[in-house]
Amino acid sequence: MASIDSTARSAQTDDGQRNIIARLWYDKETRSIILQIITLALLVAFIAYITTNAIANLKLLGKTFSFDFLNDPAHYDINQTLVEYSSTSTHFRAMVVGILNTLLVAFCGVILATILGFIFGVLRLSPNWLVSRIVYCFIEFTRNVPVLLQILLVHGIVVHLLPQPRVAQESANIANSIFFTNRGVFAPMPIPEAGFNIVIGAFLAAIVFAVVFAKWAKAKQDATGQHLPVFWICTGAIIGAPLLLYLMLGMPLAWDMPALKGFNFRGGFVIRPEFLALWLALAFYTSAFIAEIVRAGILAVSKGQWEAASALGLPRGRTLNLVIIPQALRVIVPPLTSQYLNLTKNSSLAIAIGYMDVVATIGGISLMQTGKEMETMIIVILFYLCVSLTISAFMNWYNRRIKLVER
Amino acid sequence: MADTTATQRYEPGKHPELPPPRLASGPIYWVRENLLSSWYNVFLTFIGVWFLWTIVPPLLNWGLFDAVFEAADRAGCQALGDGACWAFISERYKLFIYGFYPEEERWRVILAFVLLFVALGPLLFDKFPSRGKAMLFSLAYPFIAAWLLLGGFGLTPVGTDQFGGTLLNIIVGVTGIAFSLPIGILLALGRASDMPAVRVICVAFIEFIRGVPLITLLFVASTMLSYFLPPGTSFDLLLRVLIMVTLFSSGYMAEVIRGGLQAIPRGQYEAADSMGLKYWQSMRLIVLPQALKISIPGIVNTFIGLFKDTTLVIIIGLLDILGMGRASLADSKWAGLSNEVYISIAVFFFLFCFAMSRYSLYLESKLETGHRT
Amino acid sequence: MKRYLLGATAALAMIGATAANAGTLDDVKARGELICIVNTGLPGFSFTDESGKWQGFDVDHCRAVAAAIFGDPNKVKYKPATGKTRFTILNSGEGDVIFRNTTWTFVRDVDVKLAFQGTNYYDGQGFMVPKKLGVKSAKELDGASVCIQTGTTTELNLADFFRSNKIKYEPVPIESNEEARTNYLAGRCDVYTTDASGLAATRATFKDPQNHVILPEIISKEPLGPATRHGDDQWSDIIRWTTNALVAAEELGITQKNVGELGAKATDNPEINRLLGTEGNLGGMLGLDKDWAAKAIKAVGNYGEIFDRNIGPKTPIGLERGLNALWTDGGLQYTPPFR
Repeated sequence: MASIDSTARSAQTDDGQRNIIARLWYDKETRSIILQIITLALLVAFIAYITTNAIANLKLLGKTFSFDFLNDPAHYDINQTLVEYSSTSTHFRAMVVGILNTLLVAFCGVILATILGFIFGVLRLSPNWLVSRIVYCFIEFTRNVPVLLQILLVHGIVVHLLPQPRVAQESANIANSIFFTNRGVFAPMPIPEAGFNIVIGAFLAAIVFAVVFAKWAKAKQDATGQHLPVFWICTGAIIGAPLLLYLMLGMPLAWDMPALKGFNFRGGFVIRPEFLALWLALAFYTSAFIAEIVRAGILAVSKGQWEAASALGLPRGRTLNLVIIPQALRVIVPPLTSQYLNLTKNSSLAIAIGYMDVVATIGGISLMQTGKEMETMIIVILFYLCVSLTISAFMNWYNRRIKLVER
Repeated sequence: MADTTATQRYEPGKHPELPPPRLASGPIYWVRENLLSSWYNVFLTFIGVWFLWTIVPPLLNWGLFDAVFEAADRAGCQALGDGACWAFISERYKLFIYGFYPEEERWRVILAFVLLFVALGPLLFDKFPSRGKAMLFSLAYPFIAAWLLLGGFGLTPVGTDQFGGTLLNIIVGVTGIAFSLPIGILLALGRASDMPAVRVICVAFIEFIRGVPLITLLFVASTMLSYFLPPGTSFDLLLRVLIMVTLFSSGYMAEVIRGGLQAIPRGQYEAADSMGLKYWQSMRLIVLPQALKISIPGIVNTFIGLFKDTTLVIIIGLLDILGMGRASLADSKWAGLSNEVYISIAVFFFLFCFAMSRYSLYLESKLETGHRT
Repeated sequence: MKRYLLGATAALAMIGATAANAGTLDDVKARGELICIVNTGLPGFSFTDESGKWQGFDVDHCRAVAAAIFGDPNKVKYKPATGKTRFTILNSGEGDVIFRNTTWTFVRDVDVKLAFQGTNYYDGQGFMVPKKLGVKSAKELDGASVCIQTGTTTELNLADFFRSNKIKYEPVPIESNEEARTNYLAGRCDVYTTDASGLAATRATFKDPQNHVILPEIISKEPLGPATRHGDDQWSDIIRWTTNALVAAEELGITQKNVGELGAKATDNPEINRLLGTEGNLGGMLGLDKDWAAKAIKAVGNYGEIFDRNIGPKTPIGLERGLNALWTDGGLQYTPPFR
């Protein structure tokens, strides 16, 4: 019996040695490792292949791969700059200007899109048939037309419908201080004078106070059940304190008024039509998607929640604030993230109307003037990746914060 | 309630018919209920009516009543009316549809387009007659269409630079979706894989694709891609764009399918394992058929998104419908009619995408009931 | 299996392996057509008519090259390019030659690795303003909004001009001539600046051309000419000498009408004979037929005829010959001898 057993075993080992590869293959763990090694090897080989090709091609064209051109003067002008820039600045500076312009339009776009999206989403659920239909038509039309086309349309409308500066001087203005022209919207710009720093200081202090107070009030409510009007007190502190100080210090703020001089308005601050068109088109387009998300989110909260809240005697406002919106947000936030990401990415279409974002500056004019396709495109791609990852990281954090905590 | 307290009693069935409740139906009731139920509602209605009043009549005047449908050039339009000049569109619409595709070969485009619907039938409607065999045709369709459009094998060859207009949008959109589906499935499976290396690569790829705008990828296709090929080779711009668009949409497709995979209950995977099915068998026979079915609305939505994004090819110099429109504006006879061009293109996209989104909603509701009950 | 075959052949049909640096002529011949990079739309220079056919001054030059190679001016594929995409299209081998009002500059020649083949149009950057603004000189443009095409030399010239004159402006960057036109007419900008020829061409499309003036300042030299890739001298020679042949034809009085007659047999003028291939074999040295130049002239006419037909004083564009007159008439158009 023992001998048979041992023969069987030795046969088994022979078999095993013969088919050691097959054996490894049929072992789940090893197979997984082999597969992973193969995948990695293929990936490395692929990267090596395209890198050698790229090197060979660059050599053939007599080009070099280096980012030194960033230190050369850019030689072109940009019309909207958030930091100091002139045609003698470097390509690097032009890139920074472009990046800031992208971030600016994305930031403004996200805020406007969110506000509009929530309004449209709620109106879409309104019992008013007419309004709900109008909003429905708007949402469907906006969602189903390419955003590039909308940007071009809005730009065309801004440029064609708003009057030229000379006409705006006469008619299209608010109190002779805000002017609507097809060169942009000109508005007075505040210029802080001595003492304004105190107002800013008060504002910051009020914010700190509000945060501390809100925590304290919450702790107090948890302990005693006493509810303080936190919102009103905080708002009052944040707006009231700086305002009071501002008035007491004799309004230390001058206004730079726009005035028509020569061809254009000078002074004040200006929202250019390219920015306006891009901002509005992106915000409208994205708001249509957000409206649908908001609608779905509100509908997702079950009717029982409303009923339970009213059974507890909560008034309608509190019900919305404390019961419905927190639950709806949980459904709304994840898809909202991807809309924010989309808006940021769509802002790259700025190039179609000449808004000088990162694609138009470093990935457009600088690329053209220097012929550095590879380097400039790498910069642009890395920039968008960073922005995307940041937005999704922030949204993940927020998402986790408002997640349902099961006890 | 009222009946039980009523003093007058009637034999069963002898009760005289009561008048309907006052204003519980009819147009006046409807108006009061839907438009004027509260002061807030009245306000909204007022805003709505005002909005329509300021928008609709001028738009109709411009687009319809004062519009000119037949004229030889823009000056002719302006002589006839001060509304829109649709004569331009009606003169150029063929260019908008076919681009520079040779006139005598355009039947091939139409045939390819008609066959597209034949190929889509079995994929989209599960009651299609003899679906299995029709599916084979659907699989072969991309190659048949390529043959029809490009020519060769007995047909006059047509270069891809002659593709343009709507034709180009549809080619880019349909190819992008058709080829991104298998890649998307692989990526989604890779992302759900328990092999860390595979998972990391797939996640990195998907996040990369979803993190950058399509136009940077198109720029890469038009400016950089040739650097990565062996020296001396280059290939057609349209083909490069198609590759990039496919990669782009496969990133989104992977996420849609991942959603489908996650919706499959754990028990299904376990059941497949306990039957002794290998990984690919269980995927092919159990998991994917269910996951893909749930994903169809998402896939249609991805397609709508991609189809709208096909207009971005103008930024790298391909003349799609928007590009043809803008190129036509350079003709001095018609220059300055950008609103007409943009609006007609917008209407085209709206009709196309709206129809598809309705279809996707219909599917969603169909699948919804299938799963809840 | 059949499916795979079809797929593979379809893919092969689309991938045309082209050598990036040498043998462009062989590639063109093998392909059976010339790929010419042109402007997406500039009236008079290159634009599509209602039937989708390309027309214009630059387009006629492309046709001349195609005629010189194939004897058929229609064997051209036009690849419309923006200011931004034109060089990449050429360098990646997707196009054979740029005929797209491209300025010959040091950086483009040396660093962007283009090979310029002479100048077919001498231009300079100018400014156009509405008459009602009452501007007489570009130096009065302080604070103006200026429409400008991005990715062009004009953008850099403009920055230099305003900086050296210490006046401010608002650049309004724009992708194509058509958009620039729309924005200018809508009053988005006070001034449109580009090559003077482009300004004239654009102004010709206005409803009221007389209400717009082109300012006297020409702030730059813009020699526009065809460009090829670095490193393929044979191909460069073909482009250079075909354009030269068109100028030479005008000098020698060869026109589209009389070229057939003059090229039929040797004439008394040896220069005409050499050009038209009835004496010697200049074409053969280029790798083309003997009568290459005759074919090109037969197809599109001489330089003067091309000019007059597309952009001359009798067309809506209405450009004078000016710098582009023959050197014998006080212009700059001059060709090295055919010998």
